[in-house]
Amino acid sequence: MTQSALTDTGQSPTRPDGMQGFVTDWSSDQRAFKNVPWGKAMMWIFLLSDTFIFSCFLLSYMTVRMSTTVPWPIPSEVFALSFGGEPIPLILIAIMTFILISSSGTMAMAVMFGYKKDRRTTAILMFVTALFGASFVGMQAFEWTKLIVDEGVRPWANPMGAAQFGSTFFMITGFHGFHVSIGVIFLFIIARKVWRGDFDREATGFFTSRKGNYEIVETMGLYWHFVDLVWVFIFALFYLW
Amino acid sequence: MVDAVQDQDDFVPPAEVAEMELYHPKSWLTKYVFSQDAKVIAIQYSFTAIAIGLVALVLSWMMRLQLGFPETFSFIEAEDYYQFITMHGMIMVIYLLTALFLGGFGNYLIPLMVGARDMVFPYVNMLSYWIYLAAVLVLLASFFVPGGPTGAGWTLYPPQAILPGTPGSEGGIVLMLVSLALFIVGFTMGGLNYVVTVLQARTRGMTLMRLPLTIWGIFMATVLALLAFPALFVGAVMMTFDSLLGTSFFMPAISQFGEQLKYGGGSPILFQHLFWFFGHPEVYIVALPAFGIVSDLISVHARRHIFGYRLMVWAIVIIGALSFIVWAHHMYVSGMNPYFGFFFATTTLIIAIPTAIKVYNWVLTLWRGNIQLTVPMLFAIGFIVTFVNGGITGLFLGNVVVDVPLSDTMFVVAHFHMVMGVAPIMVVFGAIYHWFPKMTGRLMNVPMGQFHFWVTFVGAYAIFLPLHYLGFLGVPRRYYAMLDTGFIPESAQDLNAFVTVVVLIVGAAQMLFLYNIAVSMIKGKKSGPNPWRATSLEWQTPQTPPGHGNFGPTLPVVYRWAYAYGLPDATEDYVPQNLAPDQLMSDYDNSGLSHSAAQAAE
Repeated sequence: MTQSALTDTGQSPTRPDGMQGFVTDWSSDQRAFKNVPWGKAMMWIFLLSDTFIFSCFLLSYMTVRMSTTVPWPIPSEVFALSFGGEPIPLILIAIMTFILISSSGTMAMAVMFGYKKDRRTTAILMFVTALFGASFVGMQAFEWTKLIVDEGVRPWANPMGAAQFGSTFFMITGFHGFHVSIGVIFLFIIARKVWRGDFDREATGFFTSRKGNYEIVETMGLYWHFVDLVWVFIFALFYLW
Repeated sequence: MVDAVQDQDDFVPPAEVAEMELYHPKSWLTKYVFSQDAKVIAIQYSFTAIAIGLVALVLSWMMRLQLGFPETFSFIEAEDYYQFITMHGMIMVIYLLTALFLGGFGNYLIPLMVGARDMVFPYVNMLSYWIYLAAVLVLLASFFVPGGPTGAGWTLYPPQAILPGTPGSEGGIVLMLVSLALFIVGFTMGGLNYVVTVLQARTRGMTLMRLPLTIWGIFMATVLALLAFPALFVGAVMMTFDSLLGTSFFMPAISQFGEQLKYGGGSPILFQHLFWFFGHPEVYIVALPAFGIVSDLISVHARRHIFGYRLMVWAIVIIGALSFIVWAHHMYVSGMNPYFGFFFATTTLIIAIPTAIKVYNWVLTLWRGNIQLTVPMLFAIGFIVTFVNGGITGLFLGNVVVDVPLSDTMFVVAHFHMVMGVAPIMVVFGAIYHWFPKMTGRLMNVPMGQFHFWVTFVGAYAIFLPLHYLGFLGVPRRYYAMLDTGFIPESAQDLNAFVTVVVLIVGAAQMLFLYNIAVSMIKGKKSGPNPWRATSLEWQTPQTPPGHGNFGPTLPVVYRWAYAYGLPDATEDYVPQNLAPDQLMSDYDNSGLSHSAAQAAE
């Protein structure tokens, strides 16, 4: 039993384009997605499953927003911040969204430099992405604190109107923030591995005893972009509706 | 027999991927306990699932004792009865059947049958089992908290599930929801492995259309589970908050004992939609692996290729897809818009088409087959009969006008026990008798197996046929006692007593089955590597039971589908998937080899 590199043989198999190529791949042996590493395939399928989770959360939010008889608070007033006495609607959330979208940009660059095996730049870009993510979570904590302490919103009650506003808001942004936090933790872990050069000398994993590989940077990137994409939907359905 | 030589190919493309890197255990602990080997994980899953299943079996005896002989057993109070019902249902559906088919058979058979050395991510696969075990332990813990486990019925409908008055509303319901969430997390880890292994880690020559139907069934069921469990996860999270934090996702304005509760504005129907968006695919999460496995059992033991392989595959895929747009047929009486009922009745009845295709194909596989009435074959035939029976009553319940009077009667209980209780369990038994020799190297005792089959099969009918009748009489389900229910004749009670007696007899037969497993594991007759003379890859391993990495130094190369039985130009009546075409006339029969000889030959 030989021990060698994981999945990608580096050869791109010659095959027809378009629909015919799709049929050729799926009727072939060994792999349905040619030259797609296992980790990447697994992440895509996980994200599909996670999409269903977020869809269920958002559909439930829409349902309870319709089923409640108490008026729904006006988002542009609830999510306004005052600078110099003048309330600016949605300013905090605009900054948070900007930061998160920017972090997708640095992540995409990290993936590119990862495939060029540029150890230093990849690691720095991943650290920057992680810091963007951490600051997003920090601002979310600030937003929660403001809602809970200053405005008295609770999961079970809400002085501004429907109780479901607080319940769904804390649940959905909380679940999203949990995703971002997990992402930040793994970004730091993988960035550290890149920085140490684990993937250049193919160091084996502590638990899996498999050789490390720059592919993981792209897999991480998929997750991160997904978390950003979900945020766009939460932003639209929660803050703009 | 022109189509028997279907799909045979001398040319096999070269390997596209390098060998899988395996984790090599260094100690007893990493080899047998925290094992990353899918075969060990499979056995861990199976034993845990069967152990918790035994708890559910005992609970069903308790329920039947109460129904058969009311006011006889002082230790069964009304609260206990509801708790027994709830836990019996939830354990059997999720913690036994889902875990056993996907975690047990999935883990054991997928790498072996697709020709992989292990799952693609063995470490994640190991975590999957340990989180499943945690879920089971949390579920068991709910028996020991104040108030006991939840008695809300396995559907856990709010508002009653979390309100005082329902047994287990103190803590049991929260533990149940937490356990479900854990189960889903653990299952997702395993499920991703199963899907990616089937899609991306097959051996050379193994195309999707050469996969044994077992793998197709498990694969499609896993896809369904990965897409359906999220709805249950979300429902569980939201109901936990309703219960612990006092949110009102599912709770409308409600008053209890003349007091207005703090809840208001939520939607109880929302939970039903979330639950059944999971709950209906769940039926097929259990049924599709059973469909797949039974196809292979019938083909192997009738010594004949499966009839209409491609149609069987497409039927599995179509049933899987349709199962996501039928969920509200569980909700005809929930108060939802009647037009929805029309839509969901239509989609529900359409499922009968691919399902009927499968049944006809099983029967046509048996037609003119060289049927060996081995124990697995007995169970496979038993499955066809019970499944058709349960499917036909499904047509009754799928129609809105017929469902409304039958809803919440014993007829519903009889229907779903027949179609997703008895039928899949028949396949589980058949599959255990079939693959036991591969897992242990020994055959199970045949007379005991035959006895087990006949008691279980005849017993299942003796139990559930009367329940259909009781349902027509209007006997409601989930009732602790009938007392003075005028419209139900007194003779119904005699029937209930009869059912209870049969339940205890069938239960005893399952103890014999466990005894058979235990004894055969130690003293059973040596089976050799391929006792059923089957073609699929798991029977062609150099060691029995398969060793670390499954296939010895080189992976098998696949030349044909898994149903090459009775080829006219071959020496034996079966041709293994990995037998090179130029060796058809040589002596390749490995079924007679003894266990030790096979090891020596390696």
